[in-house]
Formats: sequence, structure tokens, C-alpha cells
Amino acid sequence: MKHTLSVLVDNEPGVLARIAGLFSRRGFNIDSLAVGRTEDSKYSRMTIVVDGETHSLEQVMKQLHKLVNVLKINDLDPRETVGRELVLIKVNAPPATRAQIIEIVDIFRANIVDVAKNTLTIEVTGDTNKVHAIEEMLRPYGVKELARTGKIALARGLKSE
Amino acid sequence: MKLTGAEALIKSLEKEGVEVIFGYPGGAVLPIYDVLYDSKIRHILVRHEQCAAHAADGYARVTGKVGVCMATSGPGATNLVTGIANAQLDSIPMVAFTGQVATHMIGTDGFQEADITGITLPIVKHNYLVKDAKDLPQIVREAFYIASSGRPGPVLIDIPADVSKAQCVYRESAQLNLAGYKPTIKGHARQIKQAAKAICQAERPLIVGGGGILRSRAWDELQKLVRLTRIPITTTLMGKSAYPETDDLYIGMPGMHGTRCANYALTECDLLVAIGMRFDDRVTGKLSVFAPEALVVHIDIDPAEISKNIKARIPIVGDAKAVLKQLLVAVEKEKLEGTKDIEAWREQINNWKKKYPLIYKKDGKLRPEFVVEKTCEITKGKAIIATEVGQNQMWAAQFYKCTKPGSFVSSGGLGTMGFGLPASIGAQVGKPDEVVIDIAGDGSVQMVSQELATAVASKLPINIFILNNGYLGMVRQWQELFYHCRYSSTDLAVGTPDFVKLAEAYGAKGIRVTKKSEVESAIKEAIKSPKTVVVDFVVEREENVFPMVPSGVSISEMIGGEIE
Ligand SMILES: Cc1ncc(C[n+]2csc(CCOP(=O)(O)OP(=O)(O)O)c2C)c(N)n1
Ligand SMILES: [Mg+2]
Repeated sequence: MKHTLSVLVDNEPGVLARIAGLFSRRGFNIDSLAVGRTEDSKYSRMTIVVDGETHSLEQVMKQLHKLVNVLKINDLDPRETVGRELVLIKVNAPPATRAQIIEIVDIFRANIVDVAKNTLTIEVTGDTNKVHAIEEMLRPYGVKELARTGKIALARGLKSE
Repeated sequence: MKLTGAEALIKSLEKEGVEVIFGYPGGAVLPIYDVLYDSKIRHILVRHEQCAAHAADGYARVTGKVGVCMATSGPGATNLVTGIANAQLDSIPMVAFTGQVATHMIGTDGFQEADITGITLPIVKHNYLVKDAKDLPQIVREAFYIASSGRPGPVLIDIPADVSKAQCVYRESAQLNLAGYKPTIKGHARQIKQAAKAICQAERPLIVGGGGILRSRAWDELQKLVRLTRIPITTTLMGKSAYPETDDLYIGMPGMHGTRCANYALTECDLLVAIGMRFDDRVTGKLSVFAPEALVVHIDIDPAEISKNIKARIPIVGDAKAVLKQLLVAVEKEKLEGTKDIEAWREQINNWKKKYPLIYKKDGKLRPEFVVEKTCEITKGKAIIATEVGQNQMWAAQFYKCTKPGSFVSSGGLGTMGFGLPASIGAQVGKPDEVVIDIAGDGSVQMVSQELATAVASKLPINIFILNNGYLGMVRQWQELFYHCRYSSTDLAVGTPDFVKLAEAYGAKGIRVTKKSEVESAIKEAIKSPKTVVVDFVVEREENVFPMVPSGVSISEMIGGEIE
């Protein structure tokens, strides 16, 4: 099962290596990892999506907790979480199909951020499902390049732990 | 006050109460060694950096203090790695200092540059790369605190040469501010109560003590618990010496080369009170059939160890000493409600103990078990015993009955050959008035024999008892039992030095023993001597360690070691 971990860490050099190293050492594949400063510049928040069986995930979380630079870890409940991802998709768009593509972009409320002679670059923000859906819609036109940020997430409401 | 980084460092170490550093100099730590020259901190010059870490480790085990070692950048730092990993796996408090190339050279593959903070990431409790000399006092404070608190472990501090040389305003370390590091000391009251209830209601209870008892110096509390409940007790290799082994309720070590009694008791107990141990595979054998009937109470300071290998029904996170104190009170109270009679269980255990003692052939031959047994007899079980790794280690564990807490120094987690000799050096430095003996193998000791120089130069009267079988004995035993006696690369007979001459070459005393009848006098002579002594016990070559649990089966399925 996929889990989204929100990990609050010291904003210091080397912390990313400590965390990434721990996951690989304990046999965990990281699906995605997004990191950036929080409201307090002393700390960073990492949003890590991992695939794992609950028992072994528990073990990794306990091991993570032991890292001196890790302050808090939340295994986010998907029902109580807002999660977003940003994706840039460069897609083939010759005149013949360009209008169709623009229509898809509109339906998904995505943006066109770059126009070239034979391609369009599209920016999509949304949860994993939406991003996946537009990717699938655009694939038949020929996706030339794609970059994604990885998911970032926060627990809903006041419970901003 | 203005100081150089090196001066600030040594001042900080003095403030931590550091008495001794085990180390080896080089270019990147020249500024530090220059300050050390005038410091009251003793420096023990080892002959290989790995042994600086092992010596600091041995020192820490016998004193309970943080062991400190130091090496230069690049090869000096990488030579420390095995010793650091050893300390990590056995949870030993250690602070290791390494020199580093100057800050502006980092990342350029400069001369003797090695990314030692990167290399040691998976084998330290924490590490630091110091960027500014003024941070040193604070970092040292943190490092000693992290190394020695919670579940102890090694912390490495990497100091670039320019940081050591830089002038800085020395400011004493402020309050510790480690938001992400807060070890739990006291146990949860409700869990303690449940554990006390379980203890009083069990019919076949068993206590297993691990290294955590020694790390938290909780041996008095452990003894009190055993006396109060009269529950039989076993200690793991790491927990050896935490409980007096001559006591009636003590049933030996569990696991791969443990006693049949301990392994049978584990398999049949209905309550297992595990304290400061982590259910290592050498202890549990096949996990799915380990202690199948037991309700497990697991007391450990590291939450990550709880239910990692064995599901704990009553987990208690906390320091062994603090939790045992709480538990004693709770059990006293619970006892008023009545306890189950466990006399039948004790009798069962006594029968196993009588029926399956540890044995070896008592003929005229010089057997390694006899050497260990005699050593124990002569020292009354009160010497500090370090071991190497292999058969020698297992015979030491089986036949040396420790009666003094914290006196058994052995590489359990990493199983590092070459640990015992340098660890003895550290132990003797920490306990100058005690008898220190390294029960060694001929293979292991050859990995670190250069440290005889360290022992002689530092006038340390350590005793190295080599159980010389001319083999990498433990590996040979496995080849005999599981690989059709194909002794692939385990015969050391050719090339092994004359250990008596080797000792003498270093200025130590050398004694050779080839007959059973010479054992006693040789041991006495060695212990009496004020010198570093090597005793070469030329023992039966193909003696095996029994009983044993072959890999992949239940610990109740032991082979060998039965009276015929
Ligand atoms: C550094 C290291 N290398 C290899 C091993 C694997 N190993 C375990 S026991 C052993 C043999 C040890 O030989 P010796 O020191 O003579 O002890 P004996 O078993 O003969 O008592 C070996 C090679 C190890 N534990 N450590
Ligand atoms: Mg040998």
C-alpha cells in the first residue's frame, strides 16, 4: 500500500542523504520525495511517498525517528490530507491536433506555459488522480518530455502538526 | 577569550571529563596533536587506527564512560570504520574525531580526502562536519550527550584542518537544544503494572538479560528482580556478566552456542521478560518457532527494537535501570495479590541443567575449554575477559563464569576478529588495577598483533591467551559439519609466527604451553607478571564448539555436547 509520510527535519546540509540512505538501507523504494523550507526557515518538510507493507513501514518510521535531525513524522491519512503535485508535460502538437490538445488542457484546468512550432508545454497541478488522468489523455498525441515535482501534502484543517 | 579551533576542542574535551584519547596522528590533525602535547588528557598511540576505535570501545565498556578516538583524514579516517561499526552494533558510547582536508578543498579529491561523514552515515548514531571553529564547544557537548544517552552509540566529528587552526571566540556550550532527540527513560506506568501482573501469574516464566543491562549499569536491579521473583535467568552474549553465573537460577547463554537448558527454557516458557536485548538471529534461531508459547514483555530503550523481530505483548520503552526500579515496586505490590507457584518449572529447569551441562572430553590432551575453565578458576571469575571472534569467543562465553558485572568484553553484533586485543588495551587503561585477559584465536590475533607495541609502550600488563589451533577454527568447524571437511583456506599452520618470539620481539613476555599440566602455572605466571604477556596455548586442532544450533532451525534442535 502507498503511504504519504510528512517528515519535519532540520534544514541542514546532509539531512536529505541521511533520510534517503535510511530508506534504501532498510529496503524501501521511495516513489517520490519533495522537500522545501517550512514557515520556519530552521526546518524543512519532506513529503515522501513510499510503497510498503504496514509492519515494515512502522519499522522504517521508528528508525527515522532515531535520526537526530528528524523532529516529526506523520503517516498521513489520505482522507484527511490535501496532496498536490505539479507536472510539466511537453507534448507533440502539430496544427492538426493542436485544437484537441487545447481542449483537454481546458477541461483539466491546466495551463499552457510554452508554445513552440510543433509542441506545447503544459503545466498541471492537482492530486495524483488528476495528474495521472491528463497524462493518459495526452499520451496518444506523443509526450516528448515530462517532469514532476513529486507530491507535497498537508493534513487538513487546524490539525497542522 | 580567543582560542584556535584545536584549543577550543581540547578545552571542550577536558570539560567533558575525558581522561584518555586513543589515536594516531597525521597531517590534518597536526594542530590538534600540538595542543594535546600540553594537555593533561592522556594520549595512547595505537599502531593502527582500527585499534584506536576498538580500544576506545573496550575502555567505554568497562568504565561506562564515553570512549574517545582520533585519526587523521583520508586513510586514517577510513581505518576507523570497522571500529565505529563495531561500536554501533553493540551500542557502545564513543566519540570519534577525524581530521579533514581544509574547508575550501572539500569535494575536490584533495590529498587524503575521504568523505568520512558520508562513509559512516549508516554506522553511526550521528555525525558532524565542523564548518566553523566557534561551533566546536557546542558540537562536542552534543556529541557526548548523544553518544552516551538513550541507546548509546558512536558519534563522529570531522574537523577540517583550517577549522582547527582558525582563531575563534571561545564560548562555552550553551543549553542543549536537540528538538529531534529525546530518549525515553521511565517506563509507562500502566505497562509496568501489566508486566508485574504477568510476572506474578506466569507458570513458566523466564528472564533474558541483554547488553542493555550492562549499558545502563542495571545489574543490581536485575539481581533484585531475580531474587524477588525467583525466576530463572539467561543472559545473551552481550548481556554476559550482568548476572552472577554461579547462581542457582542462572542457566547459561541462549542461542547458537548456548546451553541446552537456556534454549529449552526459551522454547517452553509461557512468559519471557526480555530486558535490554534485541532478539538477534544468533539468539533466536528460526524466528517463527522461537519461544512459541511465551507472552513477551519487552523492555528496551530503543522503540525501534520493540516488535522488530518478535512481537511484544507488553512493550515497555525505557532505560533498563529506571524500568527495573519501577518494575520492582510494581511486582512487590502485585505479589500481595498472590503469585502462581513456579516450583515445578524451576525443577524442570534444574533437571535440564543437570542433564545437559556444558562438557568437553577430559582426557590427557590440551583442550581449549580446559584453558578457559582454568583461567576462570584461578581468577575466580572476576577478571575482565575480552575475546576475539570464533571458537575462542564461544568457549570464553561457555566456560568463563563471570561473577563481576561488566567484565565481559566481546564483539557481539559485528563479530569483529581483532577486537579483543585492542579492547583489552582500552579496558586496562580504564581499569589499571584489574586483571585483563584477552581470550584469543590465532587467526584473530594476527589481524592486530602490531598492538603488542601499544601495550608494551603504554606499560599495560594485559594478558593475551591464544587458543592456538592453527585454524580459522570456527569456519573450519562449519566446513567440517556442512561442507564435507573441505577445509578451504582455513588452515593457518604454515606462516603463523612463533607467538613467543613475536611477543619477545615487541618486548613483551611470551610463554608457550603444550601440555595440560603446564596450564595452571602458565596462567598464574602471566597474571603475576607486570608485563604484557602472550601465552601461546597449543591446543587440540580440531576441537569443536558444542552444542550448536545449525542455521535455519529452532533453537531447541541443538546438536552435540551431550553426555554419551
Ligand atoms: C574481520 C573478520 N573477518 C572474517 C570473519 C569470519 N570469521 C569468523 S570466525 C573466524 C575464524 C577465527 O579464527 P581464530 O581467530 O583462529 O579463532 P578460532 O575460531 O580458531 O578460535 C573467521 C574467519 C570475522 N568474524 N571477522
Ligand atoms: Mg584458531
